[in-house]
Amino acid sequence: MKTIMKLALAIALVLSFTNAEAAVTLNGAGATFPYPVYSAWAFDYNKITGVQLNYQSIGSGGGQRQITERTVDFGASDDPLKPEQLQKDKLLQFPAVIGGVVPVANVENVQPGQMKLDSDTLCKIFLGEIKSWSDESIRKMNPGLKLPQGEITVVYRSDGSGTTAIFTHYLAETCPAWKDKVGAGKAVKFPVGIGGKGNEGVANYVKRTPNSIGYVEFAYAKQNKLDYTQLKNKAGNFVVPGFESFEDAAESGDFDPKKDFYLWLTNAPGKGSWPIAGATFILLAKEKADVNKNIVKFFDWAFKNGDNKAKELTYVPLPKSLKDKIRAYWKANGLQ
Amino acid sequence: MTREQLRKTEGVIAMSLSTLAALIGLFWLVFILGDVLVHGIKALNLSLFINDPAPAGVEGGGLRNAFIGQLMITIFATLIGVPVGVLGGTFLAEYARGRKIARIISVLSDIMVSVPSIVIGTFIYAILVRQIGHFSGWAGAIALSIIMIPVVLRTTEDMLTLVPWTLREAAFALGAPYYKVIIQIVYRGAATGILTGILLSIARVAGETAPLLFTSFNNSFFSTNMNGPISSLTVTIFQYAMGPYDDWHAQAWAASLMITIFILFLTLLGRFIIKWRYKG
Amino acid sequence: MAILSKKNPIDLLFSVITAIASFSVIIFIIGILFVLIKESSLSIGKFGIIKFLTSTDWDPVKESFGALTNIYGTLLTTFLSLIIAIPVAIGIAIFITEISPNFLKGPIGIAIELLAAIPSIIYGMWGLFTLSPVMSNHVEPFLKKITAGIPFVEILFRGTPMGIDILTASVILSIMIIPFTASISRDSFNLTPSVVKESAYAIGATKWEVIKNIVIPYSKLGVFGGIVLSLGRALGETMAIAFVLGNNHRITTSLLDAAATITVTLANEFAEADKDIYLSSLFYLALVLFVMSFITLAIAKFFLLKAERKYSR
Repeated sequence: MKTIMKLALAIALVLSFTNAEAAVTLNGAGATFPYPVYSAWAFDYNKITGVQLNYQSIGSGGGQRQITERTVDFGASDDPLKPEQLQKDKLLQFPAVIGGVVPVANVENVQPGQMKLDSDTLCKIFLGEIKSWSDESIRKMNPGLKLPQGEITVVYRSDGSGTTAIFTHYLAETCPAWKDKVGAGKAVKFPVGIGGKGNEGVANYVKRTPNSIGYVEFAYAKQNKLDYTQLKNKAGNFVVPGFESFEDAAESGDFDPKKDFYLWLTNAPGKGSWPIAGATFILLAKEKADVNKNIVKFFDWAFKNGDNKAKELTYVPLPKSLKDKIRAYWKANGLQ
Repeated sequence: MTREQLRKTEGVIAMSLSTLAALIGLFWLVFILGDVLVHGIKALNLSLFINDPAPAGVEGGGLRNAFIGQLMITIFATLIGVPVGVLGGTFLAEYARGRKIARIISVLSDIMVSVPSIVIGTFIYAILVRQIGHFSGWAGAIALSIIMIPVVLRTTEDMLTLVPWTLREAAFALGAPYYKVIIQIVYRGAATGILTGILLSIARVAGETAPLLFTSFNNSFFSTNMNGPISSLTVTIFQYAMGPYDDWHAQAWAASLMITIFILFLTLLGRFIIKWRYKG
Repeated sequence: MAILSKKNPIDLLFSVITAIASFSVIIFIIGILFVLIKESSLSIGKFGIIKFLTSTDWDPVKESFGALTNIYGTLLTTFLSLIIAIPVAIGIAIFITEISPNFLKGPIGIAIELLAAIPSIIYGMWGLFTLSPVMSNHVEPFLKKITAGIPFVEILFRGTPMGIDILTASVILSIMIIPFTASISRDSFNLTPSVVKESAYAIGATKWEVIKNIVIPYSKLGVFGGIVLSLGRALGETMAIAFVLGNNHRITTSLLDAAATITVTLANEFAEADKDIYLSSLFYLALVLFVMSFITLAIAKFFLLKAERKYSR
């Protein structure tokens, strides 16, 4: 027995010291929405610099909580914090990338992008008022589709999520009944449906459950070949989610460094704008000056070299003017 | 039907149902293990053990970081949990033998064994992660060791109690102090039993996920730094199984297979040692 | 022996060290209780005890939290799993003690105990990828069909069979607790004095009559203790059901609906709660769970000790 213990101790000690050469490690956690692009950037950045940027997707609520508790080096959230809140928790905030949330449905014989919905039907489905895909209002919008009778299963995010924040922000903005009964936020009390953890969890449940509808970040829908729907935007046009329609929405946004870039991009007015777009934000603890410099270095690198990777994953890189504003913001706060 | 026949028929039915119950139990075991085996073997490859994870959604990569992380957390949990458990059990079986306090601690340990492990995770988050300011492998190892201590403590107590009292008296007669008697005679007599308890307690914690979620957290890179977040197989399985990528699912199955083999091996080893040692 | 030996300084040191080690268990229990109460004090202050336990609200937007939906989910899945597991577990115990040929007793006993050794995360994965589709495609439609038209029972199987629901979670839980009930029942059965059994056989009783009229009444305390212990286990199970429960904070009557248990809520929301009152309410939930399972396990222990005393007499 003693020898086993000694052996275990030896292995453990060897393991704990092999990391002596370890480079800088940066721990971040938060939004699942930008997880694919952050992990891709971190992977490439690690190859070039050796810096390990460990990003864990635990949800935007988690990103805010953990950076407020200072248990991570940076937080990430799709749900921007108001300047007052940032002031109170001594945080800094800047956007990193823009993307879109899309409704995804699992309906037999319907291909991605075929189904058309507007904010009213979407709202009623998620309120549980429209119970079947063959409902009058859905059929009217989709004369060409053969829609099944089966009951709709709503899938929502069970964790505190910026994707939910963007989605419910959109519903609350366009649908008064939603605003009254449910409201907007990272975790709301959904009237019907089942909850999946993370974009992954929702994508997974939708994939597995016939006649279901959920909402995920577009990259997840695309990678999983889920049937995303078209949506009618503020200008009254049906738009297909994708790079162009997200970019269109992004261009309408006026991010203000004085407000720590606090801004929603939902229900954008542009003709071709996707109505459920949003920026995703990075949160830094003001007092962690050294760590912040390393994190800023990473995002500076990503802003310079990461645009193609982001586009590949159907995120919209920030416009050049916004990147400049962010760099000025970093300087103003002594991070660069 | 006569009364006699009725009695016999009732007996046959009851016996058949019991046999059926045993078959149901075996069916679940075969179903679950078979399923893990079939899915797991398909996904096993060398890359799984020698590479670190690829970025989300990119095929390939491996779980080297999670294998090593799991190993480290488990080893450190054992290094903390076993000494405390063995010493604690010694107190109950030796110094406090027959006293009320020994009864109380013994019963409380039995209860602690079954306390929801997720509660222990929240406890460690509150007292360690938040106070120190970051997730860490240490927090995970300590959470696991808290689950481990009562298991080891109870087995040690039972095994030491089995060592005949006369053996101690013989040593006392030679003038040996109690601690020497315990270390040189009692421990020796109960060694196999204690070892079994340790093996089973490792098997118990090696598959734990809930206490690691908010303590050792997760890490997408290879890290052996116990002061920072560290990856573990179980948390990775949770993340990957919930994830949308087929490649992730395959790797989660392979990881499940490895961890199941490891734990079942420990459990069987423990059983055989008991059987071999305490048969007569 | 004296608790702390005074004759020899090393012996004194050793006895003190062992005493500290064993008191760590008490320290953990008190520590957990204390920390959970302290962390949840914000929520206790805002919602009180009765209101928190009886409110079905779990609404992070309006910052209004109540535990009832979680407690309901926990109790429902636990009891359902017990109903499924108990007959099977007792059947297994009867098989091993009374029916099985001797050379099979060991292997079957070990096989059943291996069920208990499989980590819960494996149960969870298997449940999500393998059991859940079987439930939604075959078992649940079948149950719906045979219960259709039966008043009250029908309500239990309303809704679309999705496989991610209370029923699937309960089946998984039942498989996990079978070994606990089975092995304790087996041990209790084995303790029935063979003299009593043999005299029953001598007056012409069948095997089943001996089990029914002698073994089970004799060992019922132990069996009951085993069942309560399983209940305590099932209350705290997390990973096995986190995949298949759907985290739904509503009280539903259909077993085909998603639900939330305290454990699943903690696993899903703990690291993510943003507001202080939200996190505090989660700690409050953990406290409720800790107290619930502690009491249950203490009751189980009480019966098992009582049984032990009875048999050793």
